[in-house]
Amino acid sequence: MPDILSMKEWTVRTARLMVGIPDYDTYVQHRRTVHPDQPIMTYEEFFLERQAARYAVGKGKFRGCC
Amino acid sequence: MTTLAAGWNGTQNKLLWAGIAALGAASFGVVALSRGETINAAWLVIAAVCVYYIACRFYALFIAEKVLGVDPSRQTPAYRHNDGLDYVPTNQYVLFGHHFAAIAGAGPLVGPVLAAQMGYLPSTMWILAGVVFAGAVQDMCVLFFSARRDGRSLGDMIRSEMGPTAGAIALIGVLMIMIILLAVLALVVVKALAGSPWGTFTVACTIPTALLMGVYARFIRVGRIGEMSAIGVVLLLVALIYGRTVSEVPAIAAWFDLSGESLALLLIGYGFVASVLPVWLLLAPRDYLSTFMKIGTMVVLALGILLVRPDLKMPAVTRFIDGTGPVWSGALFPFLFITIACGAVSGFHSLIASGTTPKMLENERQIPLIGYGGMLTESFVAIMALIGATVLEPGVYFAMNSPAGLIGTTAADAAQVISGWGFTITPDMMTQLAQDVGEKTLLSRTGGAPTLAVGMASILSGMFGGQTMMGIWYHFAILFEALFILTTVDAGTRVARFMIQDLIGSVVPSFRRTEVWTNNLIGSALACAAWGYFLYQGVIDPLGGINTLWPLFGISNQMLAGIALILCTVVLFKMKRQRYAWVTILPATWLLICTLTAGLQKVVHSAPSIGFVAHAQRFSEAAAAGKILAPAKTMEEMHRVIFNDYVDATLAALFVAVVLAMLFYGVMGIWKALGDPKPTAIEVGAAGALAGASSA
Repeated sequence: MPDILSMKEWTVRTARLMVGIPDYDTYVQHRRTVHPDQPIMTYEEFFLERQAARYAVGKGKFRGCC
Repeated sequence: MTTLAAGWNGTQNKLLWAGIAALGAASFGVVALSRGETINAAWLVIAAVCVYYIACRFYALFIAEKVLGVDPSRQTPAYRHNDGLDYVPTNQYVLFGHHFAAIAGAGPLVGPVLAAQMGYLPSTMWILAGVVFAGAVQDMCVLFFSARRDGRSLGDMIRSEMGPTAGAIALIGVLMIMIILLAVLALVVVKALAGSPWGTFTVACTIPTALLMGVYARFIRVGRIGEMSAIGVVLLLVALIYGRTVSEVPAIAAWFDLSGESLALLLIGYGFVASVLPVWLLLAPRDYLSTFMKIGTMVVLALGILLVRPDLKMPAVTRFIDGTGPVWSGALFPFLFITIACGAVSGFHSLIASGTTPKMLENERQIPLIGYGGMLTESFVAIMALIGATVLEPGVYFAMNSPAGLIGTTAADAAQVISGWGFTITPDMMTQLAQDVGEKTLLSRTGGAPTLAVGMASILSGMFGGQTMMGIWYHFAILFEALFILTTVDAGTRVARFMIQDLIGSVVPSFRRTEVWTNNLIGSALACAAWGYFLYQGVIDPLGGINTLWPLFGISNQMLAGIALILCTVVLFKMKRQRYAWVTILPATWLLICTLTAGLQKVVHSAPSIGFVAHAQRFSEAAAAGKILAPAKTMEEMHRVIFNDYVDATLAALFVAVVLAMLFYGVMGIWKALGDPKPTAIEVGAAGALAGASSA
């Protein structure tokens, strides 16, 4: 990951991560390099998986602060 | 300051920091020493920002380097477990935004508004001192310890470092906080929406808007967050503007003109339904909207304060520091430190700092920026809320925040009572202001949100729109607070349900299975009944409910902060870094003193406005003599008031017991750590494995 992001990149990534969706390109790159033999989720699958995970309440998953 | 502050040395830098220190000191001088004249809000902002810069540059780095021993060459969980999903090395500025969005909530907006009854000076001093020495220290240390333990949660860390009993007690404490938090936040919404068709209509519109967004992002254009959020924002703005029309047509307005009791019941029902619906349908889309609106509004408010630079009209210190204030009862010590919880120190953050953030940390070096800096930003939000409340005429502030039991229900009565307290106000001022913002009345709109909304409306309408936009800005502010409080109610009910299922599940194991529908329905019903009980009790309380519930919430939140700091202290001892343990011992001690004093006063204080037992006794004596005291209208209601008092007293006593138990386990943990010559902290991963070297 590059250390220096452009203002636009920063805004988009931050806004997405604020609602629990990490960077998709980073995910794809990770799967390609580390698990080249395994399937990669499409963006749509990735989004739905992350959306469900954000609210899958469990230990250490606190949503909604005071 | 060698490794972390590399490149920061040199004469120029020394001059710069000396300049910041001088500017901060001068601004503080203006804030603290001006008497009898109004000061500009800009001084408060400058003083705060200078304090934050200095704290972040010196104290945070000291804690990172000397106290915690941050190791920039150590692999973080994000690299060790990199899966591209939960564990992802993330740019520090992106992660900062994520962390801030996760910790920022309604707390720092409400507490300072309530605390403003003592004047702006005590609140400012506690917000700044609290965040620098307690709040930000807690957030940063918990983030660090969690990052050293694969991003484990606070509960897990307490269990592994202090033992299973301590872990179980802490978990019960967290459940109690969750319930009081949900009740008090829901009460803030009820107080803001009762008798306000415009506000109620706008907030009600968030539900169909969110449903539409949810369907859009799941079936029509999957995952297009930007598009769905834009649609949502536009729809909400339309609802906001048409809300005025709704409030002006009596036939439609009647539908949205609800009493506090009906709103409370609707909210409890809403909380139950929302928490059993699939997340993508209602919770997620509204979470997106509230997150973006929250950040956007905070930025707009900061710009407004900087551009308009309003004068603070509240005195620096009011006579209510003696504990006779109408907004909440109790003297400056300990209750100011309880009333302003979030913004100075918030125990809840220890749950967030041990949640998703440590799993995305690129390098331990970034912990001061994210943990300490994130909390400083939250503290700045609290300063802005304080400004929002203190730019109002003090008379208006007290008319809005005093319960009807004290100031009556007409503008004339209220003006008379408040003038008697020494604050100028005329009945016309209140009627005119209510008319400007499009409400029937602003008397006794307790709970902080309406006050902040009027403050924001007066600041923002000074920037755009002038008088004609006051109504829109006011209801925009109400909408934005209600929106993210409702998100918290929904998400929090799910968390409380999970914890209840976990607790009951330890007796009836089958109840733990969260994929079973009936379990979830029962769990949600129990959770809603618990917070709904306190909410309803607050709504019918003659002293406004906030008077009872906010201190309980503050005590519980500070109690959790105390627990988190005790854990940090124990871990520092286990790491054999006890030389520096004062960094967490000092704030922990202060928080323990405040929560224990406040908790005990809430139980046994002889003034019925403070002590629950004294209040219950007053009602019992009256009942025995056959008399009925307001708000009760029948003997049955008298007994209900007495029962509620004992429930509240029991809760306050439980908080005290939890704190004492954790203190005991903390001292035991330290004792054991001292007896062992080797470091005994249970960390994961090896020191010195260069971050990112071995995995992608």
